[in-house]
Amino acid sequence: MPAMTTQPRSTRCIPDRAAAPSPADGPMIALDDVAKAYGGRWVLEPTTIAVFRGTTTVLIGPSGCGKSTLLRMIVGLVAPDRGTVTIAGRRLDAGSVSDLRRRIGYVIQDGGLFPHLTGRDNVGLLARHLGWEPPRITARITELADLTRLPAAALDRFPSQLSGGQRQRLGIMRALMLDPAALLLDEPMAALDPLVRYDLQEDLRRIFRATGKTVVMVTHDMGEAGFFGDEVLLLGAGRVVQRGTLDDLIHAPADEFVRRFVSAQRFPGLSGGEGRNAS
Amino acid sequence: MKILPVPTRILAGALVVAMMTLTAPVAVAAPAAGPVVRIGSKPFTEGIVLGEVLAGVARQAGCAAEHRAALGGTQIVFAALERGEIDCYVEYSGTLEREILRGETLRDPEDVAAALARRGLCRSTPLGFDNTYALGMKETVAAGAGIEAISDLAGRDLAIAVSDEFVRRADGWPAIRDAYGLRQTPRVLDHALAYRGLESGHVAVTDLYATDPEVRAHELRILRDDRGVFREYKAFVLYRADLATRAPQFVTALVQLAGAIEPAVMREMNARVRLDGEPESAVAARFLRERFGWDVVAAEPAAAVRVARDVGRATLEHLALVAAALAAAIAVAVPLGIYAQRRPRLAGGILGAVGILQTIPSMAVLVFLVPLLGLGWKPAVVALFLYGLLPIVRGTFNGLAGIPPHLRESAEVLGLDGRARLLRVELPLASRSILAGIKTAAVIAVGTATIGGLIGAGGYGEAILAGIRRADAGLLMQGAVPAAVLALLIQAACDVLERFLVPAGLRAGG
Ligand SMILES: Nc1ncnc2c1ncn2[C@@H]1O[C@H](COP(=O)(O)OP(=O)(O)OP(=O)(O)O)[C@@H](O)[C@H]1O
Ligand SMILES: Nc1ncnc2c1ncn2[C@@H]1O[C@H](COP(=O)(O)OP(=O)(O)OP(=O)(O)O)[C@@H](O)[C@H]1O
Ligand SMILES: [Mg+2]
Ligand SMILES: [Mg+2]
Repeated sequence: MPAMTTQPRSTRCIPDRAAAPSPADGPMIALDDVAKAYGGRWVLEPTTIAVFRGTTTVLIGPSGCGKSTLLRMIVGLVAPDRGTVTIAGRRLDAGSVSDLRRRIGYVIQDGGLFPHLTGRDNVGLLARHLGWEPPRITARITELADLTRLPAAALDRFPSQLSGGQRQRLGIMRALMLDPAALLLDEPMAALDPLVRYDLQEDLRRIFRATGKTVVMVTHDMGEAGFFGDEVLLLGAGRVVQRGTLDDLIHAPADEFVRRFVSAQRFPGLSGGEGRNAS
Repeated sequence: MKILPVPTRILAGALVVAMMTLTAPVAVAAPAAGPVVRIGSKPFTEGIVLGEVLAGVARQAGCAAEHRAALGGTQIVFAALERGEIDCYVEYSGTLEREILRGETLRDPEDVAAALARRGLCRSTPLGFDNTYALGMKETVAAGAGIEAISDLAGRDLAIAVSDEFVRRADGWPAIRDAYGLRQTPRVLDHALAYRGLESGHVAVTDLYATDPEVRAHELRILRDDRGVFREYKAFVLYRADLATRAPQFVTALVQLAGAIEPAVMREMNARVRLDGEPESAVAARFLRERFGWDVVAAEPAAAVRVARDVGRATLEHLALVAAALAAAIAVAVPLGIYAQRRPRLAGGILGAVGILQTIPSMAVLVFLVPLLGLGWKPAVVALFLYGLLPIVRGTFNGLAGIPPHLRESAEVLGLDGRARLLRVELPLASRSILAGIKTAAVIAVGTATIGGLIGAGGYGEAILAGIRRADAGLLMQGAVPAAVLALLIQAACDVLERFLVPAGLRAGG
């Protein structure tokens, strides 16, 4: 771990026990005092976060504040310089990472699909590797296509032949294939047009609720944060600045940074397009 | 040497051919019962003609003769002799004493004989001519520049072109450079090309042998060796001592060659091949007939038949060399490329090492390999294998390194283990680059496999090298054209293969 000039202060961010649907189970995802530095600079200061089963947590914050780093830490793509990551009570380490990854779906912008495989083969890749029978794979893919409302024809095209919305739906299908308990989404709808995004948001929230998934999502869209988030974490420069519902952040901003961040939204139709949300 | 009037000779020749044709099936059914004598020769006209002469002597003595003609130079032929892959070949005293036995103390002929005996070898009585090295210039050019002796070359701005062997041999260029204080840097050219350079004026001075027919044909002046640097190059037969027990009749027959080939006779035989385009075997047969009255060499089949058969055989040999080397190169280079990509610290070293292999001249590789592996397909395949590594390692490495990080991560996060990631994601994504490397390696192999002609591995190289040697464009084309066609076909085959091996998704939509 690189030498630090100042010891960063730790931020703790554990929701009220009352808000958790099944507190007895313990958190689905627990980050305990994790931190990450690149080249002697903290991109994530020591942070403790717990995400409970069946809840959706949204990470918002300015570009480069460490949202993706945090998400990637949960799936073991970034190793924390200190602290521990625990998934469903199991500590994330070299021995458990493969197994735990299969219990977490991870979706990035544009789906991260493999260009050499059709949509169907992208979705079924892991199941086939794990030895599922073909009829079971086909049935599961059909089920997921229904769930994500993907046109059946898109399944047998290659990613380069699909629209952005179709690729995103396939990315979500792939993440859901093994029915993981948790789903991590990094700006999943950033590249979509408003209509497709609107539909996909509806679909996703319906899916999350119907399947009882534990979800952590990164977005830059405040409306999206409010739409999904049981809880919203606002990150600034590598630490959690404020946590709560979107309403908490809007109506009781912890500081000037939070106030400016949550009000920096433009809505069409308001005078000169300059109108600000909740001022 | 007119023994018979011309019409009679033609008649006699026709009779011999007719008899050979009639007896040929019998010969096939009952192959010669005598011991086999395997003869080698270096890749120049005189060596090959003398190899054919030795083959004739062996057949006359009742042995079966195999001539592995035009092997790639002194080191390769001598290594083959020591390993027992050939039984004999014609060598020269200067080459033997100053090149092959360099480093041994040789005060008199007994020392030479003892050094040979330690290697299980003997030498025959000299054949009668001395093919010493010389430097030559066009008569007109030499007269214009007032050059008569080698010492006149010192300090003159003249283009010197010498053969590869001459420039490397201690008794060649280095010896005269030091003895005469020559500062010029010679260009290295094949002999046949050097003579063309003399005619076109691009070359002023070249090395030659005293029996070169070109001395007369090109009107050359041989520069006087006024400091006596060039040694004697008396020709004799080097043979394995065990021939005396395996084929005693051949060793006995060799005695008849002692002093039988005068310089003029040798120059005339060289001229018939080099200037008149006669096959070496025919020239050797004529010599044996005229000198000893032997009719030993089988008639050649009609030219068209021979070309077709040779091209077919050469194609099979060439393809076999390329296929074996390529298969081995793929089997080694793809894993090596994967390994290099996984170990960034070693990648530079691995790519550098296979890159250096690529820069070693094929002749040097063969000189290294023949003593280890002998003659034939083995050293050729190993050399082609080494040359095939770089493009495939690089194609694999670049293909894997070029996979976008987010795809690599997608595979990782999915929970695929390393092996599955490699087989199901990374190699398919890199397949186009890997195939491009294989394609390059295949085309290089088709071109480089002509080295097979230097070490008795066959292929198109035999015709190409013989064509260059005899300045016979037709013969050269007989090897070069099919080699080019083969390269194009292999390229086309790779394109077809790409359709099957590169996943459709990487070709569709861009
Ligand atoms: N591998 C790395 N090496 C060095 N610095 C890195 C690395 N990965 C991320 N960073 C830095 O860490 C900081 C946080 O990056 P991160 O991707 O987590 O930001 P983010 O909040 O997701 O931003 P955005 O909203 O733009 O996606 C950035 O300053 C980034 O430059
Ligand atoms: N190369 C192709 N081959 C076959 N079908 C294609 C190809 N490119 C696009 N399509 C199909 O055409 C339709 C329209 O695709 P297009 O990319 O234009 O949609 P879009 O309006 O950009 O959608 P999105 O907002 O989701 O990006 C989709 O059903 C898509 O699957
Ligand atoms: Mg990010
Ligand atoms: Mg689009």
